[in-house]
Amino acid sequence: MMNNTMRTQCKLKKGDRITGKWNANEYTVIKELGYGANGVVYLVESKNQPFALKLSDNGTSIISEMNTLKSFSKVHGSAIGPYFLEADDFQRQGSTLPFYVMEYIKGEGLLEFIEKKGAAWIGVLMLQLLTSLVELHKHGWVFGDLKPENLIVSMPAYRIRCVDVGGTTAIGRAIKEFTEFFDRGYWGLGSRKADPSYDLFAVAMIMINAVYPTRFFKKGEGYMQLKERIIQKQVLKPYRKMLEKALLGKYTSAEEMRQDLITILSQPSNQPIPKTQKVQKAQSTKQVSRLQQKTRQKKKGRFLETFVLVAIISLLYALYMYDQLL
Amino acid sequence: MEAGTLRQILLITDGCSNQGEDPAAMAALARERGITVNVIGVVENDVIDEKGIKEIENIALSGGGVSQIVYAQQLSQTVQMVTQKAMTQTIQGVINRELKHILGESKKLEDLPPDTRGEVMEVVDELGETSKLEVLVLVDTSASMKHKLPTVKDSLLDLSLSMNARIGENRFSVFVFPGKKKDVEKLLEWTPELSALSKIFPKLTTGGITPTGPAIREALSYFNKKRSLRGLLSHDEQYYEDSM
Repeated sequence: MMNNTMRTQCKLKKGDRITGKWNANEYTVIKELGYGANGVVYLVESKNQPFALKLSDNGTSIISEMNTLKSFSKVHGSAIGPYFLEADDFQRQGSTLPFYVMEYIKGEGLLEFIEKKGAAWIGVLMLQLLTSLVELHKHGWVFGDLKPENLIVSMPAYRIRCVDVGGTTAIGRAIKEFTEFFDRGYWGLGSRKADPSYDLFAVAMIMINAVYPTRFFKKGEGYMQLKERIIQKQVLKPYRKMLEKALLGKYTSAEEMRQDLITILSQPSNQPIPKTQKVQKAQSTKQVSRLQQKTRQKKKGRFLETFVLVAIISLLYALYMYDQLL
Repeated sequence: MEAGTLRQILLITDGCSNQGEDPAAMAALARERGITVNVIGVVENDVIDEKGIKEIENIALSGGGVSQIVYAQQLSQTVQMVTQKAMTQTIQGVINRELKHILGESKKLEDLPPDTRGEVMEVVDELGETSKLEVLVLVDTSASMKHKLPTVKDSLLDLSLSMNARIGENRFSVFVFPGKKKDVEKLLEWTPELSALSKIFPKLTTGGITPTGPAIREALSYFNKKRSLRGLLSHDEQYYEDSM
């Protein structure tokens, strides 16, 4: 829905300089990163540091976005979105183009990453995502427009990050932005009022999208269709119960779903059979062991009873400690 | 704070009117009465002609609303986008007038520093969430619309789903034109839920002329005269002055 005038107005080339009217900071354009309904995003450089800069010819539409980004930055410990740097106006050829500057997140798109590294990464990355959601929900926000296009696996730490926070909505309000495939309203499985389970539905749909990269349309009864699609893919087998619960809105908190996912990922026999088995198994268990440390300390007694699990975890924990001490 | 009522006519059509008053003039009349007119032109395989596009744009322009030409598949998202955009536009218009009042004639939202602008936008968003909304949907049921009607129905159900997620109250009503005997016929009385459409829509008959102008004029009389945009203005004046 991008109109042509905006494209030409916001069109900048490599080497162009953007100077703010209010704060007078200068940014040099390196390249265009992409464009959406509200403007064009550029990779820019200022004082030898890379940033992402969003330029728009429509003042008001990017302000809402900027507000969200700001409130996002206030959620400490949740590094899921880019941090916000500043907002200003760029005066060019007699018109004023508002822009804002944020952290440049380098990495690979979620689906491309999974395609390359194998399906075993799905569970781990979703676990990371759920951890971030626990934090975000705790602060009274719902992500809203969760979808692979908005998610990046940042390098080199392989952490899932989000590059577009435009859909973030306060709990109890109407979801600001959504994409049909990931929207429970579209599938007839709930309202568009922001609550934690709205995001959890989207997480389930992202997992489905990971094994159906081309997506599909709704035909008839939403839940039955999705359930069938899940059954058709062997890779999703260990996650079936969790996915069904998420689709039906039976998880009331991200923490609940996260715990279920940890349990799934902790069972070696249930690990999906990846293309490049060795690497992936090592990677995902490493992640799990790190996340389980806390649980382990708390429920030491119970872990002793299930000695197989303990054996594995203590071994990994020992390795982890060994690694830490060095 | 009590937010006022935002009132909109949503016209869904696929071509040119061919009877009665100029629809753009009727849209201008609606605007004068505090009602925004939005228009969605639905195309499928058939191409909409230049004249039709022009008319759609003109209606929205003089009705103070938003217009969009879409393929039937994208109708759901568009109906929601257009409604929301028009709401924001109306609220912003009101706020801009208030700002002029406070800051002087030449000042607009764009002239404020980004941070202050952000605070004003929060008020706009807040009003968008809490305002009451009345949408009168006017559906063109001339012959060429026949196979698009199921999609229209789905997109209206989707609209009520989106709008009902807001905190503010909603009321929808649905009219079709041409009607059996008159230019326009009421399909659904003001209601917060559009689910009843599922039963009514499949029974619709299509055909006949396209009296877009008379349909808009007729639709105006169905709005409750008591509450208008003016209500929004006077109600919130106090609020904005306090918050500035």
